[in-house]
Amino acid sequence: MLETTLAPAEATIPAAEPLLSIRHLSKRYATPGGIIHAVEDVSLDIPRGSITGLVGESGSGKTTLGRTLLRLVQPSAGSIRFGGTELTGLSEREMTAMRRRMQIIFQDPVASLNPRLKVETIIAEGLRAHRIGSRRERRDRVAALIEEVGLSPDQMRRFPHEFSGGQRQRIGIARALALEPEFIVADESVSALDVSIQAQILNLLLDLRERRNLTMLFIAHDLSVVDYLCDRIAVMYLGRVVEIGPARPLVRQPAHPYTRALLSAVPQPDPAATRQREVLEGSIPSPLDPPSGCVFRTRCPRALPACADAFPPPAAVGPERIAHCINL
Amino acid sequence: MSASPILSVEALRVAFRARRGAVTALRDVSFALQPGRTLALVGESGSGKSVTSLALLGLLPPNGRVTQGSARYRTRAGEALDLTQLSRRAFRGIRGREIAMIFQEPMSSLNPLFTIGDQIGEMLLLHEDFDAVARRRRVTEMLELVEIPAAASRLDSYPHELSGGMRQRVMIALALVCAPQLLIADEPTTALDVTVQAQILDLMRRLQREMGMSILFITHDMGVVAEMADDVAVMYAGAVVEQAGVTDLFAHPAHPYTRGLLASIPRPDRPEGVRLAAISGAVPPLSALPPGCVFAPRCGLAIPACETPVALREVLPGHRAACIRAEEALADA
Repeated sequence: MLETTLAPAEATIPAAEPLLSIRHLSKRYATPGGIIHAVEDVSLDIPRGSITGLVGESGSGKTTLGRTLLRLVQPSAGSIRFGGTELTGLSEREMTAMRRRMQIIFQDPVASLNPRLKVETIIAEGLRAHRIGSRRERRDRVAALIEEVGLSPDQMRRFPHEFSGGQRQRIGIARALALEPEFIVADESVSALDVSIQAQILNLLLDLRERRNLTMLFIAHDLSVVDYLCDRIAVMYLGRVVEIGPARPLVRQPAHPYTRALLSAVPQPDPAATRQREVLEGSIPSPLDPPSGCVFRTRCPRALPACADAFPPPAAVGPERIAHCINL
Repeated sequence: MSASPILSVEALRVAFRARRGAVTALRDVSFALQPGRTLALVGESGSGKSVTSLALLGLLPPNGRVTQGSARYRTRAGEALDLTQLSRRAFRGIRGREIAMIFQEPMSSLNPLFTIGDQIGEMLLLHEDFDAVARRRRVTEMLELVEIPAAASRLDSYPHELSGGMRQRVMIALALVCAPQLLIADEPTTALDVTVQAQILDLMRRLQREMGMSILFITHDMGVVAEMADDVAVMYAGAVVEQAGVTDLFAHPAHPYTRGLLASIPRPDRPEGVRLAAISGAVPPLSALPPGCVFAPRCGLAIPACETPVALREVLPGHRAACIRAEEALADA
């Protein structure tokens, strides 16, 4: 094992400069019940052209983190550098210009939109907002996008409700691609889909990454899906990243007790699998009142008294890989 | 298989009245559930797995009805009942006491205005002859049985005061308080986080061991099937396309749809750099099913002969599939 006191910056930076680099990012919400620690002191790099998976259960803060990166949610503290620009200091106007380069795909991207708009209008919305191209050019562009995501251009004039879940996800992807962004946040983009359709969309995302050299943050609760799609994985629990590293080693040999429990909880399609399951007790504590020290210690099978003292510093557990745990 | 299943569904058809005529949601669904075992009905959206459970419980919406077939259930007294012929009133004596159910979203089945103690107690009031003290004791025991911490003090909690996992435990306590013979569980863990799902699946297995009930487990998740089922029926577009023991099904999937479903799942042990084999296209709408095999338009093995209707048939001992090319699919594995 290497030095255990590496700063996250030194521990996680790959050779090339990452497209997105966040440091000590926090998001807290003041509510009548107290302060919600949605995201707490997260540092993370996303290398250009890579897909980073952000995995965690409900209440882990993964969705808030994804939105904070795009400043759809304003961070409480910390820094977000995107392509060399610090985003936290940008005005709303500067941020709008920046969003051409950063897009988000939601779980059901079409459900949140006006059901009376045709698919063509939905996909072209960003182009229109940024005054890109003539009407005619925009229409051609939308037709090309529709084809790129595996739909047929003669479906452009239809309404969202005429499409299945998988097709809507394709529409959401086309919409996100319209402005030719460098970076996409995909938030639970395949979670609601049937497994046979989910595989289609995952393969589409892999194609797009190759064809367009896209950089992606893929947020999901399903570790198997994240493992399939992503180059790197960050595991979140109660607002904190507890482990981060290259996907295959992390899934094959999880270091953090939470990552191990999460993996062991995923039911495998193999009746003969005699896995030694580590079933966690209880459920995730309230972000209003997270445990002191390590946030996972109240459910951790390996917790020590010292775990209550402070959130563990990052410990290097492999190449470009860290885990926040004092009892690895 | 033993000779006397607790539930035997034969050629069940369910149709829904729709704006443009009737839509057949279940086409000749047959399966049998043996006592003390778990049968998984697995399928994707539109497969008819939930319609099957609603039909069995007499809970089809007003525009849906059973148009053909039977669902014979053997009661605790040994009487044979056809669930498709029961009156609304007769069902009331069956649900809860003979057949209980749990659903995906416990919040929609629990009444937000009553404590969980009251709601479980009401089941006892309906079906058992207990006084108030005995009822309260029995409810506490049930909450302990489903591993709710500090059960006695939880009796007076309202549903919203509990986490999702705890609510599903309450639902299970509510379903099992009258010790039913048959539990119908429709996606009971789908809304839960995976670590909580593991707890609930463990709990269901333990309770089945201890109480000996039979479970009809409805799910879309092949991982959950592998973990929970003894027997499996794979459904697609309103019909059962394959049926086998769980080990056999995963070792020798015979229907191209089952094979496609299994190939679509990302597994941690898959070889590096190999793309998932997605099934192309989507499930056809029930109002416009293709003639013959309904999976044919998405099937890599489809040939012209697939345009004539195909029935389930035995392809291996105790293993049935609705595919004329099942032997080739099996040999290909």
